[in-house]
Amino acid sequence: MSMTLDRPTLDSKTPEGPLADKWDNFKANERLVNPANKRKFKVIVVGTGLAGASAAATLAELGYQVDAFTFHDSPRRAHSIAAQGGINAAKNYRGDGDSVHRLFYDTIKGGDFRSRESNVHRLAQVSVNIIDQMVAQGVPFAREYGGMLDNRSFGGAQVSRTFYARGQTGQQLLLGAYQQLARQIGIGNVRLFNRTELVDVVNIDGRCAGIVVRDLMTGEVSSHSAHAVVLATGGYGNVFFLSTNAMACNVTAAWRAHRRGALFANPCYTQIHPTCIPQSDDFQSKLTLMSESLRNDGRVWVPKMAGDSRAPQDIPESDRDYYLERLYPSFGNLAPRDISSRAAKRAIDSGQGVGPKQNGVYLDFADAIGRLGRNVVAERYGNLFDMYERITGENPYETPMRIYPASHYTMGGLWVDYELMTTIPGLYAAGEANFSDHGANRLGASALMQGLADGYFVLPYTISNYLSQWLNKSIPDTSHPEFARVEAEARDRYHRLASIGGTRSPDYFHRELGKIIWDYCGMERTEAGLDKALSEIPALYEEFSKDLRVTGGEDGLNQTLEKAGRVEDFFELGMLMCRDALEREESCGGHFRAEHQTEDGEALRDDENFAHVSAWEWTGDAKQPTLHKEPLAYEEVGFQTRSYK
Amino acid sequence: MSGTLKNLTLKIWRQSGPNDSGRFDTHVIDEITDEASFLEMLDILNERLVESGEDAVVFDHDCREGICGTCSLMINGQAHGPERATATCQLHMRKFSSGDTIVIEPWRASAFPIVRDLMVDRSAFDRIVESGGFITAATGGAPDANLTPIPKPVADAAMDAAQCIGCGACVAACPNGAANLFTGAKVTHLNLLPQGQAERYQRVENMVETMDDHFGSCTNHGECEAACPKEISIDVIALMNADYRKAKTINRKSLSRA
Repeated sequence: MSMTLDRPTLDSKTPEGPLADKWDNFKANERLVNPANKRKFKVIVVGTGLAGASAAATLAELGYQVDAFTFHDSPRRAHSIAAQGGINAAKNYRGDGDSVHRLFYDTIKGGDFRSRESNVHRLAQVSVNIIDQMVAQGVPFAREYGGMLDNRSFGGAQVSRTFYARGQTGQQLLLGAYQQLARQIGIGNVRLFNRTELVDVVNIDGRCAGIVVRDLMTGEVSSHSAHAVVLATGGYGNVFFLSTNAMACNVTAAWRAHRRGALFANPCYTQIHPTCIPQSDDFQSKLTLMSESLRNDGRVWVPKMAGDSRAPQDIPESDRDYYLERLYPSFGNLAPRDISSRAAKRAIDSGQGVGPKQNGVYLDFADAIGRLGRNVVAERYGNLFDMYERITGENPYETPMRIYPASHYTMGGLWVDYELMTTIPGLYAAGEANFSDHGANRLGASALMQGLADGYFVLPYTISNYLSQWLNKSIPDTSHPEFARVEAEARDRYHRLASIGGTRSPDYFHRELGKIIWDYCGMERTEAGLDKALSEIPALYEEFSKDLRVTGGEDGLNQTLEKAGRVEDFFELGMLMCRDALEREESCGGHFRAEHQTEDGEALRDDENFAHVSAWEWTGDAKQPTLHKEPLAYEEVGFQTRSYK
Repeated sequence: MSGTLKNLTLKIWRQSGPNDSGRFDTHVIDEITDEASFLEMLDILNERLVESGEDAVVFDHDCREGICGTCSLMINGQAHGPERATATCQLHMRKFSSGDTIVIEPWRASAFPIVRDLMVDRSAFDRIVESGGFITAATGGAPDANLTPIPKPVADAAMDAAQCIGCGACVAACPNGAANLFTGAKVTHLNLLPQGQAERYQRVENMVETMDDHFGSCTNHGECEAACPKEISIDVIALMNADYRKAKTINRKSLSRA
């Protein structure tokens, strides 16, 4: 009996046939589990955000036994809730030329031709079902006076395909999925384990056999076995310390799976969102996003003159540079995120930054208020304006907002095939935790779409293709010695972290790590900088291993210890991010290597050498991962230079 | 523009577990910028405590954007502190002055047992939602989203109620520890919409009765509305009560079986 997995191979399992028929072909040929047999299978779903809650609820509706895990007190807290602007779908309710193909193409182009064509096409196909499903569940999307659904436009698209619920679309969608999950919990089809964190993944006989978790209330470590495990545990944007992610967002579940054999794909593809409130102080713990939807009506500008300290109202039109409108006339203020972020960075680096720390650019609503009136602007963005005022003490109806780019989303994640299975058989990854759909840059309003697509309309179909082979066969339960061995490793790990007895808190190390990653693996990367990061991170990790201080012991509730475990995983991930960024000697989407740019400073791709997914294998040494490549072939769309001019 | 606060005295509730009697600990913050958020002040305090070998203050928090509803805190006796329509995580130190004494306590309600320090167990809210706070619409088979037009005023009113973040401030502020604003918000959101009509009366009956199993009774003080970070109107309680009364007639078949 072997505890190790076979050598990983990157078979994407893309179905046969023309692109538009692949999903139908998959569904026509997959193996199913009949309704009466579904109850014989147990599926563990880790994470209860959009992807996890929708997957858990749907799998339970189908009849599978589902155990759902969240480290929050309630499934409703997951960070999907903070998404503001909206969700894309190719409904073409505006009659403005939208179609499944156009959403597919926009997403491929937005991802800078670094995503898997077949996955993206499926995403665009099922997008329309998501809106139908969420409306049926009572999500109060914005409507027009005639009662029909309203839409807005978002970055990287020339159609209005974004559905929204004020500035709280993520909240309303998550609550919809949570309610559907709550119904299944209420009728006993889902067992919920709240305040419980995944600390390891257990493989037996070449397949994922279950997970080891830590009860955050008692510190108790325990095992759970299942036929299949789904990780819907979000992204790793908090590796930067300062990000728009929630405080508890972390890479631990994905990273622990990676250490057990799941390949980690494209870790250097991180999204820096152009419209966040600039940092005000060094000890700040979190950055706040201002929705991209604001760029529908707000105009981005900086003073033409470096160091211009006049109040914004005192700077005449002739002295302002509306740089997005100037550089990208056809998309203007709605240029995609990576492009807008870099343009802001260039303006600030050249001394045109505004605000007390000269670390922002203006997002100005004066024209919109003049054109639409204050009431219409308030109806569209009122809650965002209020939030801005609470944080900065400034009133955006009267003075322009100040914004700056910040870490927001991570396109990289666990490598998955067309069926969303990782390289560990029986272990799936959904939502932001996987890598598959957004390539090197995600378009606005597409994260909610992907999370719900995976959970509602992909996993429930694909998982039976794997489960069916285990019908009436016995699988190891938690009495198998491998569970005990992994549990013991987890206990040892927390014991080690709790007893280093140094002088610095986990937050200190997280902050220092974040600075290194932001400086050298942030909006702009260079070979020299990445080399520097790859020598500084191990040194800081060494210091962490000797000088960490965790008070409060290892038994029972201990938020400091929880944090220490998550920070330790960020160290190893940080090294992999920099390694991946170093290896990828081209610029694409959110990955901008300064050595590879066009004359006017745009990303310069190298399709000859880098049209592949970089999937990294854990070797036991964080400094020496092994690279595997999945070539990216485009049947439907040829490689094109991505232009928004 | 920014300034600095000096000499703040924090009186923080510490309690090792549900059965401990608890006490106030006093900590002094010598200096902090008024740009800091209230929870960043607690982060700084906790880092200081850990590095000096003491246990950090346990408190719930996550998104820090006022939307996940994880944060709580009674600050000087007010749920989420002095700023109207603002969750604790969005409260900033500019709302305080140098020399202030700030008393920080957990939510206090019998349905929310204290877990440790400032953290409470709000899972009774989940039980209410599990009992009926949903529309039964299994995945797949939903009709086209524009099939049923919903008048804008109806959609807007449903959205007003649906904004609830489930933080529990309404319960903490209520002298009776009632959860009528929370439950009323969810009932109103779903019962106003055309999609919610099929289960309307069963929903309200189940949710109200589950609520009554855990929480105190509403006597229309209105403290909940004043404390709500999302400014949910107390009207949702009236709408819930009206539907509950009707449900008792409409659902009388199930009554006769009881």
